[in-house]
Amino acid sequence: MDFAMDQRTKIHPKRYMMWMAIVSIIMMFVGLSSAFIVKRSQANWVSLEIPLVFFYSTGVILASSLTVAMAKRAFGLRQISRYAVWLGATAVLGILFVVLQTIGFIELWNSGVTVSRNVSFSFLYVIVGLHALHVLGGVVALIVMFIKSFSARNIVYSPLGINLMATYWHFVDILWIYLLIFMMIEG
Amino acid sequence: MTNEEALQHQTQVAHGAAVAAHVAHHKQSFITKYIFSQDHKIISRQFLITGIIWAVIGGFFSVLFRMQLGFPDQTFPWLEDIFGKWAEGGRISQDLYYTLVTMHGTILVFFVLTAGLSGTFSNFLIPLQVGARDMASPFVNMLSYWFFFAASVVMFSSLFVSTGGSSVGWTFYPPLSALGDAAEGAKTGMDLWLISIFLFIVSQLLGGLNYVVTIINMRTKGMFMTRLPLTIWSFMFTAILGILTFPVLLSAVVLLMFDRHLGTSFFLSDIVIQGKILPNEGGSPILFQHLFWFLGHPEVYIVALPAMGITSEVVSTNSRKPIFGYMAMVGSFFAISTLSMIVWAHHMFVSGMNPFLGSVFTLFTLLIAVPSAIKVFNWLTTLWRGNIIFTPAMLFSIGFVSLFISGGLTGIWLGNAAIDMHIHDTYFNIAHFHLVMGVASMFGMFAGVYHWFPKMFGRFMNKTLGYIHFWITIVCAYLIFWPMHYEGIAGMPRRYYDYSNWESFKMFEGLNTFIGYVVIIVFATQFLFIFNFFYSIYKGRKMTESNKNPWKATTLEWTTPPLPGHGNWEGEIPEVHRWAYDYSKGDRDFIPQTEPIGEDEGEH
Repeated sequence: MDFAMDQRTKIHPKRYMMWMAIVSIIMMFVGLSSAFIVKRSQANWVSLEIPLVFFYSTGVILASSLTVAMAKRAFGLRQISRYAVWLGATAVLGILFVVLQTIGFIELWNSGVTVSRNVSFSFLYVIVGLHALHVLGGVVALIVMFIKSFSARNIVYSPLGINLMATYWHFVDILWIYLLIFMMIEG
Repeated sequence: MTNEEALQHQTQVAHGAAVAAHVAHHKQSFITKYIFSQDHKIISRQFLITGIIWAVIGGFFSVLFRMQLGFPDQTFPWLEDIFGKWAEGGRISQDLYYTLVTMHGTILVFFVLTAGLSGTFSNFLIPLQVGARDMASPFVNMLSYWFFFAASVVMFSSLFVSTGGSSVGWTFYPPLSALGDAAEGAKTGMDLWLISIFLFIVSQLLGGLNYVVTIINMRTKGMFMTRLPLTIWSFMFTAILGILTFPVLLSAVVLLMFDRHLGTSFFLSDIVIQGKILPNEGGSPILFQHLFWFLGHPEVYIVALPAMGITSEVVSTNSRKPIFGYMAMVGSFFAISTLSMIVWAHHMFVSGMNPFLGSVFTLFTLLIAVPSAIKVFNWLTTLWRGNIIFTPAMLFSIGFVSLFISGGLTGIWLGNAAIDMHIHDTYFNIAHFHLVMGVASMFGMFAGVYHWFPKMFGRFMNKTLGYIHFWITIVCAYLIFWPMHYEGIAGMPRRYYDYSNWESFKMFEGLNTFIGYVVIIVFATQFLFIFNFFYSIYKGRKMTESNKNPWKATTLEWTTPPLPGHGNWEGEIPEVHRWAYDYSKGDRDFIPQTEPIGEDEGEH
């Protein structure tokens, strides 16, 4: 029962909803960023060392933004098999991103920088961890869409799904870039 | 026509037919119709009934701790029968007392006045009053209720763990809330409390997204934003506040969870507990207060705004007059919402804040008095020389205005850092916020229930019981909270278990006993309402097709059939031609929004 079709404005309500959700996620990271800034100005702050792996993962997530854009383009051209390939590639890159983040954490942990070592590193774990959770949420959606693209029974004509997916995916990408730069400058 | 256009055209045609067909015969099983329903009207009733159950529990808790304060020397053996070791010898233990206080606050603020109030009425009224068949995403809307339900289950079960429910206060300040060793109620009960609040925040975000999008994007033809009833404006600002501030609380909850279980020190530093020095260093409990009150202050407006919207609608309808200063009302909603996000630190004047910073927050806080006064002025001028019809809903709305004035005036005291330092955390504060947001919003909720009950259930509630309910409740509300101002000015601190050791508070013994009696009376009176509510669902006077607009209101929800199905309107959604407040216009008592503007009349 999708009554959203009844609306008469240009922007689809679910698109609006995605933007509102993004605003809401931004507010969570704004909360964390400001907590970070407040803590930084207090005593006992150890400056952050960002693990090298995090820069590789940045490359991966940037590439995934490209692949999701390609998927969107392929969908618009009705090239469904290419669409599926690009979608799958984005999901794989998303998983690779999370794996790289985890490797970064393991390296940190093994070098003695555990989550409770110092507040600055606690923040690193929390912020990067929460971002990775949002990426994982996107990966789940990507996998669902990937599987659906093979279904002959339910052919999707509306570009809404892939548009929302692309918006969200670009968002987590930009969010990561922001977080990385923020932690490099402020940390 | 390109492929895409053709396709779109087809789906639209097919869709129009589907809506007509599905309103006519739409067989559903009991589970999809009443349990996992995606119909906004059912979801709203689910929120309402869950809210009522929580209100009974939360209210009962306040009766229990007021009994401890009112009758500190007496024992009540039945308490031991209920609580066992928590009330040995018929006297509430200290741990239980703090659990009761914490849970009373949590339940009433979050579960009743946030989920129960805006969950019920945003869900019910938004699609009906803007002219939509349902929310933008009925599925997400359903999820919103079930996350709330899950939060409720976790919160309720937290009361039964062996170390007791959370007892750290509804504001859950660390270090108390971060250290399981600090108190019985900071152990498992606190973990469950945090999980429950986590689920609750998710529920509020899912709901809020839907409310805003539905209002902005799914209005019927002709329903411009400036033609919306004020209820809808208030729900929109409520939802926006929730979307912007709940995520910040979420981050605080996550950080606190890390502090509790992973040994981090976000909020902890230099703590000695039971002779043991904790390794935590470099944390700041003040940081938590900032994060908490960034939600915590807007939260009181999340609670109050829907009540204001409902009051505006009910007052205007039952005065048979257009609301006075419609745009000023909308503007003041906007002003209140904006200001509410930059005043949070007025809860922290005694937390060691820079006095200069304090004066900035004092200024912003006092500025809120301006839009609040505009609202009060507009309600009073709407009532002024109106043809007032005293329905129970109208009485509760006027009661809201009364309580909002009484409680709001003390806000001007508390907003001043210089005065707040003396009466901070005293009963003065308790009196202030219970009147202005607690009881007042509860009155808004009652007004909404009495007013829209016929639309919700197709039957009427009993009026006489409504009048008795109103008069006892408002008299008792003032009898309970008015004396607390005096206790507060005398310096009596809140949240204490027993005041008998202090010579200075001995003079309030009789007053506390008096408050104890009144609390019991007012709690018992609420069962009149609950009986009236449930009895009327099945046996109340029926609302017939000919009487489907009982209050002679202009808004769209009364153009639907007495008990609308999923989809709300049979056939086309009506078009809107005028604002929602054309009462007593010319020689007409009221003109529905669906009626085109006549030749000889101007738009308001």
